[in-house]
Amino acid sequence: MSEELLALNKLSVDYKVKGGYLSAVNNVSFTINKGEIFAIVGESGCGKSTIAHSILRLLPEHNEIIKGNIFFNGEDLNEYSEKQLERIRGREIGMIFQNPLDSLNPVYTTGFQVAEGMMLDNISREDAWNRVIQIYNDVKMPDAEKRAKSFPHELSGGMRQRVMIAMMIARTPQLLIADEPTTALDVTIEAQILNIIKTLRDEFNTAVMLITHNFGLVAEVADKVAVMYAGEVVEQGTVFDIFDNPKHPYTKLLMKALPRRTKSEGRLQTIDGSVPRLTEIRNGCRFENRCPYVMEICKSKDPDRRIVTESHSFCCHLEGEVRNNE
Amino acid sequence: MSEAVIELKNLKKYFTISKGFSTKKIYVKAIDDVTLNINKGEIIGLVGESGSGKTTLARVLLNLTKSTGGNVVFNGVNLSKATRNEMKKLRTEVAVVFQDPASNLNPRDTVMNSIMRPLILHGMPKKIAKQNAVDSLELVKMDVRYLNSYPHQLSGGQLQRIAIARALVLNPKVMILDEPTSALDISVQAQILNLLLDLQESFGLTYLVITHDLNVIKYISDKVAVMYLGKIVEFGPTEEVINNPKHPYTEGLMAASPIMDPHDRDKEKYIMQGDPGSLINLPSGCHFHPRCPYVSEHCKDEAPQIIVLPDGHQVDCHKYAAVKSL
Ligand SMILES: Nc1ncnc2c1ncn2[C@@H]1O[C@H](COP(=O)(O)OP(=O)(O)OP(=O)(O)O)[C@@H](O)[C@H]1O
Ligand SMILES: Nc1ncnc2c1ncn2[C@@H]1O[C@H](COP(=O)(O)OP(=O)(O)O)[C@@H](O)[C@H]1O
Ligand code: SF4
Ligand code: SF4
Ligand SMILES: [Mg+2]
Ligand SMILES: [Mg+2]
Repeated sequence: MSEELLALNKLSVDYKVKGGYLSAVNNVSFTINKGEIFAIVGESGCGKSTIAHSILRLLPEHNEIIKGNIFFNGEDLNEYSEKQLERIRGREIGMIFQNPLDSLNPVYTTGFQVAEGMMLDNISREDAWNRVIQIYNDVKMPDAEKRAKSFPHELSGGMRQRVMIAMMIARTPQLLIADEPTTALDVTIEAQILNIIKTLRDEFNTAVMLITHNFGLVAEVADKVAVMYAGEVVEQGTVFDIFDNPKHPYTKLLMKALPRRTKSEGRLQTIDGSVPRLTEIRNGCRFENRCPYVMEICKSKDPDRRIVTESHSFCCHLEGEVRNNE
Repeated sequence: MSEAVIELKNLKKYFTISKGFSTKKIYVKAIDDVTLNINKGEIIGLVGESGSGKTTLARVLLNLTKSTGGNVVFNGVNLSKATRNEMKKLRTEVAVVFQDPASNLNPRDTVMNSIMRPLILHGMPKKIAKQNAVDSLELVKMDVRYLNSYPHQLSGGQLQRIAIARALVLNPKVMILDEPTSALDISVQAQILNLLLDLQESFGLTYLVITHDLNVIKYISDKVAVMYLGKIVEFGPTEEVINNPKHPYTEGLMAASPIMDPHDRDKEKYIMQGDPGSLINLPSGCHFHPRCPYVSEHCKDEAPQIIVLPDGHQVDCHKYAAVKSL
């Protein structure tokens, strides 16, 4: 049986901004099971990073209002003190970011930084160092011994991301949050890093929250997918539910906007208009101004979640099957 | 016979940099002996990893930087021997759109002024230039209301449209587009790609599209040139290069490109190892040999020569015949 690891329950995050509030995340609920790769996918500014940061309480400005629950192994992290949360960060929930240089300390060797986490877990210096070399080999770091003694600026982007992943592996967290982990990397390096993430899951049963705007990565590794639009999860399901049987008008259009064909097979679908300003959200569906199926009710009432199967749901007022506009 | 608009013959661009504290200069061979013909009305995709020399190639083509050796022939005119008048004509015939939407436009100029500037520089009276600006904004399907906007008031997709409008205003025959959609979301990317195809069909334009996104290349281009550490290692019809790559690097690149259908995920995937490498520390012989699964001693000693197959497909490898899709 799949065992629940992380469950968001009606999570909302508002940022206080000049002249009011910005609704960055609204009413988001989903569950990530142990050993599952769960992708959060959506276009820039739709709230993906805000979700990741609110789980570990890493929102930078302290200008946010968080509502709802973040259950990790059944306990609500929103109720945790800063001290309790500190024990979770890194050890039980690890995080890697788009730009690893921001998270590495420039004045220490990368090997020391990987070993440091293990030493916090009371592993001796020598054992930790040996383990670093072993992990560097696991993440296919070229010249492992030499690289462990290198400083972050001496490594390429791909090698730095390997260091970040090595840090995670060193402490075998139960959940790895990876926020656009390969966006800054070349495709051949991206493929290598994805492979390492998959291996991490397979060997340690680590669950992965993979945040990306790249549907290719989702198709490649995700078990489950949440599609976000303007701060909301509009549809979620298994990767096959989303790719084979999208239900929400936005997901449907996006699937046809992906460059998956040649021009001789016809033009890509486009979605006219633009995302509403998150500071000016009114009642109703947030996709209403761009939706080809929009109805009167969509402009005033928030759509409810509709259940397709146990794993698959979407938020829309449309009854029954949405027509395909081929 | 198709007619070549651009012919690159043994083109070279070397930068000199000084290494460390020594006064000895070393060469960065950003373009190393590139030979390539681009025919009228073709869309050529140029792919390659970061730092492989793609942007430098575009800059040499545009005469924004002087080549170190070899020739660029445009419509039969050799750039290194072109007269002033020929150069002036060339400037109107080749247009460019750079990767970063914002860098294409002056932040203090209105959209109108940005689009008109090249016309005025070419001596067109202001009134006619204005009309041309309006026309070209319509070509990129943007409302003329935006003419008085400033860049910071526009979205990434809108900025990219305006950059294209500005490139179009001189009625170019060739457009060079450096990563035209890399900074954009999927739905906006689809709009820009379709727009480029529409314009190409209406005006018979020739495009050189630089991107690292193979799915974009598959969708838009007729032919693909694959660049690796300053060399074009393979060039041929898109379908051929993608489905039947002849160079080991192309093969690895294609395999690394994210799949767009989760049903393909269980296929055994070849993951190319190693890093993209650096032009500063070029390997001996074939530049690709440290990553090549087909490498032999011969490859380490001697660089391969370009082989042109009967169908025009060209490949730069000692053992091209041995490569078949994995
Ligand atoms: N003015 C310069 N002086 C010295 N070296 C340069 C200069 N311009 C570019 N280079 C070097 O030439 C090489 C090719 O750079 P280029 O910008 O053409 O790469 P690219 O393929 O466009 O990469 P990307 O995908 O990252 O845009 C790099 O090693 C770069 O550092
Ligand atoms: N610290 C902040 N203060 C105010 N607004 C913010 C802050 N961080 C993010 N936002 C806004 O919240 C929304 C969601 O941002 P983010 O979670 O970073 O999106 P994504 O990661 O999906 O690109 C955006 O509109 C963004 O501009
Ligand atoms: S609720 Fe209405 S506007 Fe929103 S996606 Fe469904 S049909 Fe479209
Ligand atoms: S020349 Fe040799 S090393 Fe280079 S790509 Fe061909 S087989 Fe590989
Ligand atoms: Mg983000
Ligand atoms: Mg470039």
